[in-house]
Formats: sequence, C-alpha cells, structure tokens
Amino acid sequence: MPTPLVVSEVAKTFTMHLRDGIELPVVDGVSFALRAGECAVLGGPSGAGKSSILKMLYGNYSVDTGQIIVQHQGRLVDIAAAAPRTVLGVRRHTIGYVSQFLRTLPRLAALDIVAEPLTARGVAAAKARDKAAGLLSRLNLPEKLWSLPPATFSGGEQQRVNIARGFITDHPVLLLDEPTASLDAKNREVVIALIAEKKQADVALLGIFHDADVREAVADRIIDVTQFAMNRRVS
Amino acid sequence: MTPDHDEPLLRVSGLSKFYGARVGCEDISFELWPGEVLAIVGESGSGKTTLLNCLATRLIPSSGNVSYRMRDGEMRDIYRLSEAERRFLMRTDWGFVHQNPADGLRMTVSAGANVGERLMAVGERNYGSIRGTATDWLGRVEIAADRVDDEPRAFSGGMRQRLQIARNLVTHPRLVFMDEPTGGLDVSVQARLLDLLRGLVADLGLSAIVVTHDLAVARLLSHRMMVMKDGRVIEHGLTDRVLDDPHAPYTQLLVSSILQV
Repeated sequence: MPTPLVVSEVAKTFTMHLRDGIELPVVDGVSFALRAGECAVLGGPSGAGKSSILKMLYGNYSVDTGQIIVQHQGRLVDIAAAAPRTVLGVRRHTIGYVSQFLRTLPRLAALDIVAEPLTARGVAAAKARDKAAGLLSRLNLPEKLWSLPPATFSGGEQQRVNIARGFITDHPVLLLDEPTASLDAKNREVVIALIAEKKQADVALLGIFHDADVREAVADRIIDVTQFAMNRRVS
Repeated sequence: MTPDHDEPLLRVSGLSKFYGARVGCEDISFELWPGEVLAIVGESGSGKTTLLNCLATRLIPSSGNVSYRMRDGEMRDIYRLSEAERRFLMRTDWGFVHQNPADGLRMTVSAGANVGERLMAVGERNYGSIRGTATDWLGRVEIAADRVDDEPRAFSGGMRQRLQIARNLVTHPRLVFMDEPTGGLDVSVQARLLDLLRGLVADLGLSAIVVTHDLAVARLLSHRMMVMKDGRVIEHGLTDRVLDDPHAPYTQLLVSSILQV
C-alpha cells in the first residue's frame, strides 16, 4: 500500500500587517509521513503549532515552503501548491477533517449536516441519511434532535454532530482536531471505537488529543511538534 | 456536481475598465469552473460591481478578454457574440440577480408571470405547463402557491428577492451573476435567503459569481474568493483559506473588522 500522505520541510510564519508587520513563526522543517491503518498523534504543548499543521494539511492555512504530498485518486497532489479547485477535490474524496467546533449552517437539520459529505459525493439522499442516523445513534444523540438545526445544541451535542459528519465518509486520510474535547466518558469510548474501525479500514489518521486516556487508546505513535517549533513567539 | 471538468466555463484575462482616467477595474484574470461559486469581495468603490457588469456584458470593458464555454462546448469571446446570441445567453444560460429586486423583476405583473416570462423567452408556449413550472419554482423559493397571482409590489423585500431568484433559475442557467443578493435585507431574512441559495446552487450544480461586501455571505456561499481594492485583485484563493489565513494587509484588515457576535 502506498504512503497516503508525506509532509516534507514545511514551514509557516504569520505576518501581522496590522501590527507593524510583526512575524509570528509557527513551525519550520515539519517532516513526517502517515501510513495507512495507523493513527499518529501530534504531541506538544499548546501553541506549538499542532492545529496549524492540521490546517495546512487540509489547505485551510497556506504553506510558506515545503511540500504536502497526498495520494489523490491515483495521482500525487502537493496541497502546498495546488489550485483551490484541486484542494476542494482532495477534501471531497481524500482528506477528511473533524474540527473542534461545528460551523453551523442556519437552517439545516443535524441529520442532513451529517449526511452532506456523502450526498456531495453523489450518494443517494436516503442512503446517506440512513448512514447518518446510524452514526448519530451510536454517538447517543437523542433522536428528537436529528431534525433540528444544531445551532441551539449543547457543545457536546454539536461536537457529536461534527464527529458523525467527519466519520461518515471513507476518506483515506482523516484529520482530527480534538474531536473528544467536550464529550463525556461514554461518548469518548464511542469515538475511540470509531477510530479503531477507521484503522481497520486502512485509513491514515492524524489527530490532536489533549485527553490523555483517548491519546493512549488510539495513538500508534506520537509526532512531537516541539522539534518543528521555531523560536517561540513571546518567551 | 464535481468541479473536476477539464475546461473552465469562463476564462477572464487582462480585463480592465476605465471611466475616463479613473480606474473601474484593472488587469483582472481568473477562470471559473463548472459548479464553482466565486465570491468577489471588497468595499464600495473597489471595482467589484464594475467587474461583475463587464463579465455579464452589461458594460463593455476597455481591454481584455472574456470567453465562455457555450452549451455546444465551444469557447466564445462574449463581446463578439451577435446581439441575438447574447440575448439568448442572458435569457437562458445566464442569470443575473440584482441587489434591488425591482431591477430584476417586473413589478406590475404577477409573480407567476415574472417566472413564466423567462420560460416563454426560451420558447415554452403551453400555458398550463408554464403556470405549473412557475408555481413549482415559487415553492422551491418558499413562496406559497396562493401568492402566484399577486404582484411583487405586494411582497416583502425578502420575498421579492426569492422571486427574483426563481425567475433567474427557472431556465436552468449554468452561470448566475449576483450583485449583493442579501444586501438591504433584515438579518433573519438574509439567513433564510443564504440557506436557500446555498441549497439551490448545490442541487443544480450552478456556477456563480457573487459580489458582496459581506464576508459571512462569501463564507457560506462560495468555494473561492477574490478580494478587490482600488480596482485590482489583491488576494485570491480558497474561501476558508483567505478568511482564516489572510495574507494581504487589506484582507487582514477586512477579516479583523468583522464583528463577533
């Protein structure tokens, strides 16, 4: 099986033009590869650049130098240099992302938000909703909430909608930005099981988990981000 | 709809428009692909509406080229179409949603006729089928069937805007231009309209170019965005990249100026 994702010599600095152009170095020399069927975890203290690395892999942050090579539909794509529509294609089919917070759309029902990544790939609406319902019930989201827009849900409920949406597809690479941050123990166990199933299905996972129990349970290895840190911002 | 086709729908190169010595927009180049929604953002006077009007052939640019892939697959220079070809394009394959619905509607004919008129322009003649299609479209934009015979004068601003959208989409255009589609509407009405537009664009696989000064509109509707200032594009990229990691000083100012609620 080919390596699904290779990151080499990636560097990123923020330039704050509104504050006299001061530069905030984030990371430098980020290099690692993800294997299919493993869950690697980004480790390091807050502010070390873990989230920024995930965002660069997803094309949400730009990359100053270096390459992020992903196996996308039988060819290699460098996310760091790809055109926007190529990045959108990679997101649709190859790299999935579970963010910390759900960005809610005003009036969409929770069930449709979860089903959307499947319908966007051409899966029939009924089938996509079935699968969405299965995930939401595994994550113990009360069925009476499924038809409601999640804007008024609690943090934990929103996060479960977000997790279901992230796990519903069979993207070969899955990025997880603290998916368990506001979950109770029972639902953390569900997420641990979902991650184990993704590994079984040869998905390459890369995550950030502040919760030590979850990290222990899912991590095959830790990538220490402090080795990529440039001279830290303040300090 | 996947934007993974091998030909763009629209190719713009070196487009400039001057009003005498004053710059409207200058040296604009980009491609739009099928199924893509592009937002053009910037302040009043940044040139975004001038650019939109040039693209929609409502203004003739001072220099530059715009070619469009016609339904037969041929790329054509839109400024060299015959008047008949251009009108056919405007009535069928393109839509234009104005900020003020009164500019895009006929205010003194019924809602149903406003939608039906575009169908007649493409040759539909059967009254029953026109009325049926019009009523169906009013439903899709959440206007109740019992309002089909009312004039838009009797509609609220939000309803008028939804009617204008139905009028534009009834011929299944492939490209829709929108000029501040949610401008001038109450916030709750805006949210409903945005949600509706987003659903329609996705369901129909439309390409759209949306001019807005509202970054939240760009975030919700668009895949890509261009930031304009003083007639030029100063930043261009994936919408969430531009908003979450803005590079140009002006884009950083725009993004940091959003009020957090």
